[in-house]
Amino acid sequence: MLSCAVLKKHKKFLNKMEELYKENLLDHNAHPHNKRVIEGVHVEAEARNASCGDRGVLMVAFDEHDRVTDAAFQGEGCAVSQAALSMLTDKLKGKTENELKLLSPGDIYTMLGVHISPGRVNCALLGYEALQKILKKPLHEKAPLCLH
Amino acid sequence: MNKLDSEIIKKDFPLLGKAKNLVYLDTAATSQTPQVVLDAMDAYYTKFRANIHRGLYEVGEDASAAYDDARTKVAHFIGAEPREVIFTAGATASSNMLIAMLEHSGVVKTGDEIVTTAMEHHASLIPLQELAKRHDLDLKHIPLAEGSVALNYEVVEKFITEKTKIVSVCLASNVTGTINDVARIAELAHKVGALVICDATAAIGHMSVDVKTLGADFIYFSGHKMCGPTGVGVLWGKAEILEKLEPGVYGGGIVEDVTLARATWRGIPERFEAGTPNIAGVIGLGAAVDYLEKVGVDDIRAHSMTLAEEAIARLEEIPGVRVFAEKDVAKNVGIVSFVIAGIHPHDVADILGKEGVAIRAGHHCAMPLVTDALGLPAVARASFYFYNTTEDVDALVRGIKKAQEIFK
Repeated sequence: MLSCAVLKKHKKFLNKMEELYKENLLDHNAHPHNKRVIEGVHVEAEARNASCGDRGVLMVAFDEHDRVTDAAFQGEGCAVSQAALSMLTDKLKGKTENELKLLSPGDIYTMLGVHISPGRVNCALLGYEALQKILKKPLHEKAPLCLH
Repeated sequence: MNKLDSEIIKKDFPLLGKAKNLVYLDTAATSQTPQVVLDAMDAYYTKFRANIHRGLYEVGEDASAAYDDARTKVAHFIGAEPREVIFTAGATASSNMLIAMLEHSGVVKTGDEIVTTAMEHHASLIPLQELAKRHDLDLKHIPLAEGSVALNYEVVEKFITEKTKIVSVCLASNVTGTINDVARIAELAHKVGALVICDATAAIGHMSVDVKTLGADFIYFSGHKMCGPTGVGVLWGKAEILEKLEPGVYGGGIVEDVTLARATWRGIPERFEAGTPNIAGVIGLGAAVDYLEKVGVDDIRAHSMTLAEEAIARLEEIPGVRVFAEKDVAKNVGIVSFVIAGIHPHDVADILGKEGVAIRAGHHCAMPLVTDALGLPAVARASFYFYNTTEDVDALVRGIKKAQEIFK
């Protein structure tokens, strides 16, 4: 059984961790990664939070094996939505389409490392929502549909 | 500060009395509910639960009497006749139903103009947009005056023309608090024979409203921003106009005679209250009116004005904070929106929320105002009512400084 002192120490550690992750989130918000436009062939989708005015466009480029070669975003909104987009672009690189399909909202919360209250779920998942739209699109330009 | 003692007032509200740590600055979204309103609704459910205007038995008669009594109270509250007061499910329902009533009565035809403002809530704006689409009407929006959150009345004059059939303007903006001179606009509109609609939702219960001096032909509002319950609202119209209008929504209770092919309508207001209404909600709204009158609407107004003035002054002292509100508090209903440089309003609201300060962030269902006129993706909004105190303004200022500390 854990002694009281150990528990306290553990709690202090958790608080510190939370603080640390917060720093990480704020850092991604202030200095976002991959906040640019992909010039070459890529797939993109936009997601919005109508109620709070968050907006994000996620851009993902794939190679011929459906592996992500580049990911970037554009957008504006709260720190949670923009940091999540920034972290997501880092996370996507190198993953295959199938791996992207396996990403869950829980993965996004873990990635953010802060407690996401019900009111912030839409912010946290803005980039994820854009990714879901991308995954419904053809990843490569396909030849026009032939009916013969 | 003035006649009201908000510390005593807070005790009337279960949530404010118990949750000592709650600093509630989100009345513009929905107000808190005093115990007397809850008791009135409870009495209906526990003592005389029955449908209205039908049951020939005692509790049925009690329910009808309480419902009719609420109509009289609301009518007196706004200086109207009871038969001019139509109960609805809220301001949005009132707005949509009114547009349907006008449309069913053939009030507009292709090429007519509707004039509204850039500061309307979606509940007012979108039904007008859709009406304009259906009949190919020209919907014109009076902009905010340059560098201001109010209208320029010389510009208003230019917007209202012989082609104008409807002028729709809010009494107060739910974002900037700006109180519009509806009487002045109504006078211009009536000169060209246009109907005047006034969305009074952000203003009712926060300032005195008398339909006789307001000048509008119709006003509407919700109960839940004036200490009433959610899910109930009012549409008021001048009796002589209502008499000529078709129902907006059809169903039971509005008919005089029905055959398989057609129906004829009852008089007013029954013609516009199809179906079983929100009886408990209406009774609760009546109790809210009683309560507000007991406290005194003019005192409530003075109190909110003082707090808004203090909040504006103190927020403007903080470097990086920009206030988007009517700064002449005599023309502000008690709403102070703001942004903080480098911090998204949603983050501001989240940090304040964790400090126990309830404010709101977003476009506040007035997207054209926030995104186009003010040019912002969102704003944070603090709104004041008579249960707020100077300490609540202190908590707001502390929370803003904390947000700046976190984001520095």
